[in-house]
Amino acid sequence: MRLAELVMAVVMAIFSVYLMWKSAELPIGWIPREGPGGGAWPFWLATGMLVCCIAIIVRWIRRTSPPSRSSEPYMDKTTIKLFVVGAGSLGVMIAAIHIIGVYFAVPLFLLFYMRYVGRHQWITTAALASATPIVSFLFFEIVLRITLPKGYSEPLFYPLYDFFF
Amino acid sequence: MEILSLLGNGFLVAFQPLNLALVILGCALGLFIGAMPGLGSVNGVAILLPMTFIVPPTGAIIFLAAIYYGAMYGGAISSIMLGIPGASTAVATTFDGRPLALQGLADRALITAAAASFIGGTISIVLFTGFAPPLAAVALAFGSAEEFALMILAFATFVGLGGDDIPKTLFSIFIGLVLSAVGLDIISGQPRLIFGDIPGFYHGINFLVLAIGIYGIGEILWTIESSGGDVNVSQATLTFRRLIEGFRGMKETIKGTLMGSFLGYFVGILPAAGATPGSLMAYGVAKTMSKDPDSFGKGNIEGVAAPEAANNAASTGSMLPMLTLGIPGSPTTAILLGGMVIWGLEPGPLLFVEHAEFVWGLIASLYIANLFSVLLNISFIPLFIWVLKLPFTILAPIIFILCVIGGYAPTQDLHDVWLMFIFGVVGYLMRKLDYPMAPAVLAIVLGPLAEPAMRQSLIISNGSPMIFFERPIAGSIMVVAIVLLLLPLFKVIKGALSKPASGSQA
Repeated sequence: MRLAELVMAVVMAIFSVYLMWKSAELPIGWIPREGPGGGAWPFWLATGMLVCCIAIIVRWIRRTSPPSRSSEPYMDKTTIKLFVVGAGSLGVMIAAIHIIGVYFAVPLFLLFYMRYVGRHQWITTAALASATPIVSFLFFEIVLRITLPKGYSEPLFYPLYDFFF
Repeated sequence: MEILSLLGNGFLVAFQPLNLALVILGCALGLFIGAMPGLGSVNGVAILLPMTFIVPPTGAIIFLAAIYYGAMYGGAISSIMLGIPGASTAVATTFDGRPLALQGLADRALITAAAASFIGGTISIVLFTGFAPPLAAVALAFGSAEEFALMILAFATFVGLGGDDIPKTLFSIFIGLVLSAVGLDIISGQPRLIFGDIPGFYHGINFLVLAIGIYGIGEILWTIESSGGDVNVSQATLTFRRLIEGFRGMKETIKGTLMGSFLGYFVGILPAAGATPGSLMAYGVAKTMSKDPDSFGKGNIEGVAAPEAANNAASTGSMLPMLTLGIPGSPTTAILLGGMVIWGLEPGPLLFVEHAEFVWGLIASLYIANLFSVLLNISFIPLFIWVLKLPFTILAPIIFILCVIGGYAPTQDLHDVWLMFIFGVVGYLMRKLDYPMAPAVLAIVLGPLAEPAMRQSLIISNGSPMIFFERPIAGSIMVVAIVLLLLPLFKVIKGALSKPASGSQA
């Protein structure tokens, strides 16, 4: 926990400096009779972020904040596993949406999560994995008229478009 | 009298079949969301907001307000039955609700929670109806300087009353504001903070991307971690006779309920405070007011009634500044406010003049939502208990999918889905280190309103920052904000002064 606290503060401090540098692409100074320039608002706020990070680091050195005193691990082995599986499968699903589209990525994700993580029966898993894309297609594409990304699977939907529109 | 006729018109709007159906659906969904451990009103509203583009704005906000309302009722269910708060707003309910359930009095606790919620809700809506029009009338005189001062006050409340680590709270506010500045500079029209020249950043970062990232993905990751072990659902038998007995027993708790209602309402009005501090404060006051404070925490029914009345009252109270001043009173109302901006309803006092139908329709729908929440809550208690047994490995992937689609729908850009994923993961990692997340969400909603307010004020004053202090209303709000900001500092100084003194005595 103690190490994580420092790492987070340092990473966020570096991010603040990057934001300050990026904001400085626009005038950050005071334009007479008008007020601050276009970059001033994010620049000074990013400076505020940096000051906060420094304060967090100072408190880390003096061991005044609870996480900097804690000797518990930031994440134990079980947590790391849960986190990697949870966040990882979600990330893989979003990446897969680019290629095979929502309507194939979503059932695969449900299949993986419910079967591998949840250890549910095949029947529950299959029911949910097939119902979710159908319901979302009817709700989003037909009712809301929001086309969800389909990647390379787009041609498969042409007959459906012809049918509904 | 004028208020009554306006409210009457509001009921006409709220009783339109579509709106009435949305209220009932919203209450039911809110109850479910509130009852699920880990998910509260803010998660439900953030995840479901993109789905409401299907109905007209009035219907959409009535639906979301009903979810907010229902979730306040639902939160008590898992607090009592599982001992895990259904939402942060129901934390105080676990203190006495769980011991009561373990003593076999779960039904009594559930009925008291529902009845206290109803009383708290009713009192606060009546207060709301009376307070809103005069406040909006005063707020009509507000200019950009006053608006900016109010936003400073909202952030100062987090720092002064939030109770979280001060540098981390400030950091959260700052990062939210910086993220809201991405896109085009509103005054000069120049692009700014376009990271890596990725075109997706030109349309800015929608507040929903951050809100769904944190309250959807981040929250689920958090719940996956914390609910790793088995949960133990208490038994509750509910018969008509016990129901009547439960209501009779309300007499004992009426003092705490009334106190919780008023306290919750006024805490709710404070910018950014919301229902969580409201219910915790009500619990504390009920304990000190009680003749038998030692029984609190061991199953005192008043310890259920006071915080439950307070969290419902606070949720209504927090809508008052949102509608009249355009300043959210809680994280959930911050998301509602962002939604109103998307729907083209500029929040603030003009809403009462230009969209009176919408405002009064919403207020009337709160009366209806309150009634339906209590009816649905009591009649479907067994159903909600069944929900608690639903395995999280089914809920989690479905919520993840809702988040991904919800993050995509407003802009139809996968870039935003990736950003949301990053915010969710980083938000989760930061939350583990006690970084509060609500200030960042509030900041990204208020940022696009605060920056123009500040810069317009400065253009009006020819660049003199004294405008924020010279105008009487703006000046007094700024003074209150500064006092709130300095409050933690006073505590530190006081602590430092008393330390050597006590040290020398020892």
